[in-house]
Amino acid sequence: MDLFAGIDVGSSATKAVCIDENLNVAGRGHAYSAADFEGAARKAFGQALEEAGASESDVKAVVSTGYGRTNVAFATRRRTEIDCHARGAYHYFPMAITVVDIGGQDNKVIEIDGNGKRISFSMNRKCAAGTGSFIEEMALRLKVPVHQVNELAEAATDESVSIGSYCTVFAMTEILGKIREGVKAEDLARAALVSVAKRVLEAHVFTGQVIATGGVVAHHPIMRKILQQTLGADVKVPPFPQHTGAMGAALFAAGAHGKESKDG
Amino acid sequence: MSEPQRIPARIASAKTMKKIMADHFLGIDAASKDPSKRVAWCTSVGPAELLQGFGFEVYYPENHAAILGATRKATEYIPYANAAGYSPDICSYLTADVGAYMQGYTPLTAAYGIESVPKPDVLVYNTNQCRDVQDWFMWYGKHWNVPVLGIQTHRNIGEVTREHIDSISGQIRKLAEDLEPIAGKKLDMDQFRESVRLSRKCSELWEKVLRTGSHVPSPLTFFDGQIHMGPAVVLRGTRIAVDYYEQLLAELQQRIDEGVAAVPGEKVRLYWEGMPVWGKIRALSEQFFELNTCVVASTYCNSWIFNQLDPDEPFESMARAYTELFIVRSDPVKEDYIAEMCEDFKVDGVVYHDAKTCPNNTNNRYGMPQRLTERTKIPHLVINGDLNDLRCYSEEQAKTNIEAFVEQLTEG
Repeated sequence: MDLFAGIDVGSSATKAVCIDENLNVAGRGHAYSAADFEGAARKAFGQALEEAGASESDVKAVVSTGYGRTNVAFATRRRTEIDCHARGAYHYFPMAITVVDIGGQDNKVIEIDGNGKRISFSMNRKCAAGTGSFIEEMALRLKVPVHQVNELAEAATDESVSIGSYCTVFAMTEILGKIREGVKAEDLARAALVSVAKRVLEAHVFTGQVIATGGVVAHHPIMRKILQQTLGADVKVPPFPQHTGAMGAALFAAGAHGKESKDG
Repeated sequence: MSEPQRIPARIASAKTMKKIMADHFLGIDAASKDPSKRVAWCTSVGPAELLQGFGFEVYYPENHAAILGATRKATEYIPYANAAGYSPDICSYLTADVGAYMQGYTPLTAAYGIESVPKPDVLVYNTNQCRDVQDWFMWYGKHWNVPVLGIQTHRNIGEVTREHIDSISGQIRKLAEDLEPIAGKKLDMDQFRESVRLSRKCSELWEKVLRTGSHVPSPLTFFDGQIHMGPAVVLRGTRIAVDYYEQLLAELQQRIDEGVAAVPGEKVRLYWEGMPVWGKIRALSEQFFELNTCVVASTYCNSWIFNQLDPDEPFESMARAYTELFIVRSDPVKEDYIAEMCEDFKVDGVVYHDAKTCPNNTNNRYGMPQRLTERTKIPHLVINGDLNDLRCYSEEQAKTNIEAFVEQLTEG
């Protein structure tokens, strides 16, 4: 069995995807990046191999991406996460698309034409607004585990609650004020997710189909609905959106071995 | 077989430059200690030729601030000026320079054994760079109790009119009157004209040096330009700068003749719009090098091209040079300029540096990149950073953006 792997060492999580010669996903892995990128890459890769029922010798090429892309010693090539998210998203939606990726410490908006060629991209400025870090900060403030934020937000009843500040520190002060006024945690959780969506979307003009990827969308399924409401347009999400970058990297690995997908 | 080149080849003339820059700083230091000599501080695009006409030794604090940045000392000293009321949001040349002075530090000590920046007899600014230079000079003026004089520029200039020129040349003439008692002598018109003539010559040569970048492959990069612009800034109006650029031009011409590229295997050619990130010259230079990408031209290095200077009309031609300057022009004029540069230098993409503390030299904030990309079909990238304050610069983000931009330009 010939496999191709993509490893996305992100700021918060490391994701791995193994695909077969037909570009079907054979296995996926996930680990926290923490302070050992190489270790996280090994761990996520190991999980993906295990799920694929394969061994390392079955893997013909590995492409690394993400902030820690240079730390993956066993990768054969590396690409930026911009390229890999574009490739991964276009694989599932082969049309003119705009990819909105919301990660732990950054967000990216990537415009791709109908042929899969990247037209433009931009990343967030040096600021936590519009990233997963903002949600983590808010979860800390509300004293709930970050994985419960989605559940809380789903239970919100007052959609008029909003957080207006751009700066995360100011936003947390704003939340304190709302707690003092008696605003429910559920409504604050939703307001925080709306804030993330707004900060990402307000910096761009969107044309064509919007595809949302990244850990924030993966762990907070309500984000798709919020993005749609904020944008006033349909937003699609690929399978396993947190793994889109790793998927793109795996596609690059396969592409280098002549296993081009029809879309790429 | 020789090893593949890992870092950009050094320009041999740098050795000469190092020597003349050392002589410049040592000369000013000696002048500041000599009661028979007068020292003037001047902004980088200030009326240096006029000051030379009065016999002043001219010192350029923007150059000093850039050295603080390039030696990665700026970020250490900026907070001292912040604490004294100079916001982290204003010019980080000002805050670095003033903060370093407050702490008794200058990079000139390590480089040349000079104890302190030279105490001036007068500080002369031109607000064509920004209003911050005026505040910067006022701080030192108050500190040393010396006069601060200046030229107030026009901004957002579309067509340059007679009124603009008359206004600025009038201010320069007034400045000459005000400088006379400080210099203790009358303006030496012959020396003034000679300085203007040499400045013009220096400018022409500097332009030719930068124009070599239009050759494919380019014999120099923007990062070389950042280093080699030193004499055009601090020694214009002197024979030394003219001689230096003759030497540098000959070296670059030889590179072209021999097919030597600044970035071997040059695949992508970029234009840099905005300030340098002084503390990251080497890191950025090496990253572009590894990506087979050459930043072949910039607005910034072109800022010291003053081909309007004319010794027969020194006041008027200086006024014209300062008024036709990119930084004081309207967006349509700036856009025409960048579009022409992109064509002349055959660039594949434009990098805009959004320098947090330098709005005047940052041109991406009012839709210019989008307008120019639509017009020229040349893609652009914006990176967030700063000229001197590395607290405003995310190296990882900048690196990823640059790498992704080059991927975009080279794919398909």
